[in-house]
Amino acid sequence: MTARTIDGGRRMAAATRIALIAVAAILVLVPFAWMASIAFTPAEQAFGSISLIPDNPTTANFEAALTQIDLLRALGNSLVVALVCVAANCLVAPLAGYAFARLKFPGSGVVLLVIVATTAIPVSVTLIPLFLMAKTFPLAGGNDLFGSGGTGLLDTLAVVTIPHLVGAMNVFLSRQYFAGMGSELAEAARLDGAGEWRIYWRVYLPLARPLIAVVAIFSFTGTWDDFLWPLVTTTSQEHYTVQLALVQFNATGNVQYGPLMAGAILITLPVLAVFLLNQRSFISGLAEGGTKG
Amino acid sequence: MVAPATAFILVFSLVPVVYGLGISFTEYNPLHRGLPEWVGLRNYADLFTQPQFGKALGVTGLFVLMVLPATVVLATALALLVDRPFRGVGAVRAALYIPNIVSLTAVSMVWLWIYSQHGLLNELLGLAGLPAQDLLHDESTALAAAAAMRVWKALGSNMVLILAGLQSIPRELYEAARVDGAGPWQRFRYVTVPGLRPILVFVVAMDIIYLAQSFAEIYVLTQGGPLGSTTTVNYLIYTSAFQYNQFGSSSAMAFVLFAFIAGFSLVSVRGILGRQR
Repeated sequence: MTARTIDGGRRMAAATRIALIAVAAILVLVPFAWMASIAFTPAEQAFGSISLIPDNPTTANFEAALTQIDLLRALGNSLVVALVCVAANCLVAPLAGYAFARLKFPGSGVVLLVIVATTAIPVSVTLIPLFLMAKTFPLAGGNDLFGSGGTGLLDTLAVVTIPHLVGAMNVFLSRQYFAGMGSELAEAARLDGAGEWRIYWRVYLPLARPLIAVVAIFSFTGTWDDFLWPLVTTTSQEHYTVQLALVQFNATGNVQYGPLMAGAILITLPVLAVFLLNQRSFISGLAEGGTKG
Repeated sequence: MVAPATAFILVFSLVPVVYGLGISFTEYNPLHRGLPEWVGLRNYADLFTQPQFGKALGVTGLFVLMVLPATVVLATALALLVDRPFRGVGAVRAALYIPNIVSLTAVSMVWLWIYSQHGLLNELLGLAGLPAQDLLHDESTALAAAAAMRVWKALGSNMVLILAGLQSIPRELYEAARVDGAGPWQRFRYVTVPGLRPILVFVVAMDIIYLAQSFAEIYVLTQGGPLGSTTTVNYLIYTSAFQYNQFGSSSAMAFVLFAFIAGFSLVSVRGILGRQR
């Protein structure tokens, strides 16, 4: 074999690889392209003529989505819930993860194992007890001191938020991330007389940007995309989250795909923005959290 | 430093598990005044005589079996394709991850349209001269239609994790194998596959845990129908607890599901790790 044919073979392999990647990316993204297409297609053309680029693009479907259901209010609700959960997770999970990685205390291994194991608990196991805990929360929603008489925390934004405040998976990923960073920095800082809190806040946390990106994305999307919990705890439209609003829209009889796709796009844009702004740190943070430690 | 997280997980995960286990030994309708009535193991015994729970377990297992192998194999192939850097690799990886961040309800809406009478699938079938299908309303195809969507949705997250696994394999191992005369297939079989084992354990266990809890896509695409052919355990729990108010037996179902999920994840983890020895 001459050098030229080896080179030619390599180039062929590279070209095949790029072609396969292109096909895969197109297949993965095709449903989104059609989603956008339907959202901009006028209602009277939605059936029958199927073209990726609509003849007379319109924003009427978006207006319909915003007015027929109170999607603006649902977006506001979900934004409040998700941002509170992001703040809580970013504050609490890396802190606990750092302590599990750096400060060995008696029983820390067992506690970490239990926390990791809770990620395998099916949502349906805790669904009914959490529902009852919310319903019988004392002195809320007309309840007396013993939690009876009213609806407790049900049908509030608080009840949608609370179970998402700390994600066990975020604690575990944080532990993995800090374990992978090594203890040299902590030792150096300790020699300089820094206490554990100072070492965490001033040395390790500033170096953990990719981790914070992962925790932020996981808690934002986890809360934003949650469906079952808001479905069982929320009854009035003013407390709907975006997922609930979209599904209720679909449940109102005849399916109108135009406004439905427009609504789906509107509720997807915020998570997409959060992901794209952080995706570089996200993919590297996830890689480090997943393989080290 | 660990106190806030630990206390939170204690109150919102472990306490509910114990509370829920208690409820599963009672008959409890939250709309009735009065306390739950202790019935011992009766709810569990009843589950195995009710055909609908057995059927839901079967549907859930079948759903996992339809999605899991396909998504892991395809995700591994994708990860191998985007492992080595090229111009735009970051954008491609991010694009492949996107289905994973869009909510199940939103993507289910898109697939509801794809499978609808004048949707993308039937247009393509029409172009190929094939008859139109109504997959979601046919007892024999509805579950597979939902599973196809879930394969597509799960690809990205599995790919990112497997990619991380690929990049943790030392490059020297590939060089050594090359020096020993190993071809591409042998390098894949004896370097890549063993190197990926730890991350595959994680991916398979997490996929089983998530897929066995499938709910939102069933709610949107089929509402458990036709004829219960897509009623997963979680969908059955939702309807029996929040439409029929049977909190006791619904809790028992949740614990049986929990046992199955724990059992199957452990078996698969051991299966993947076991071959190493």
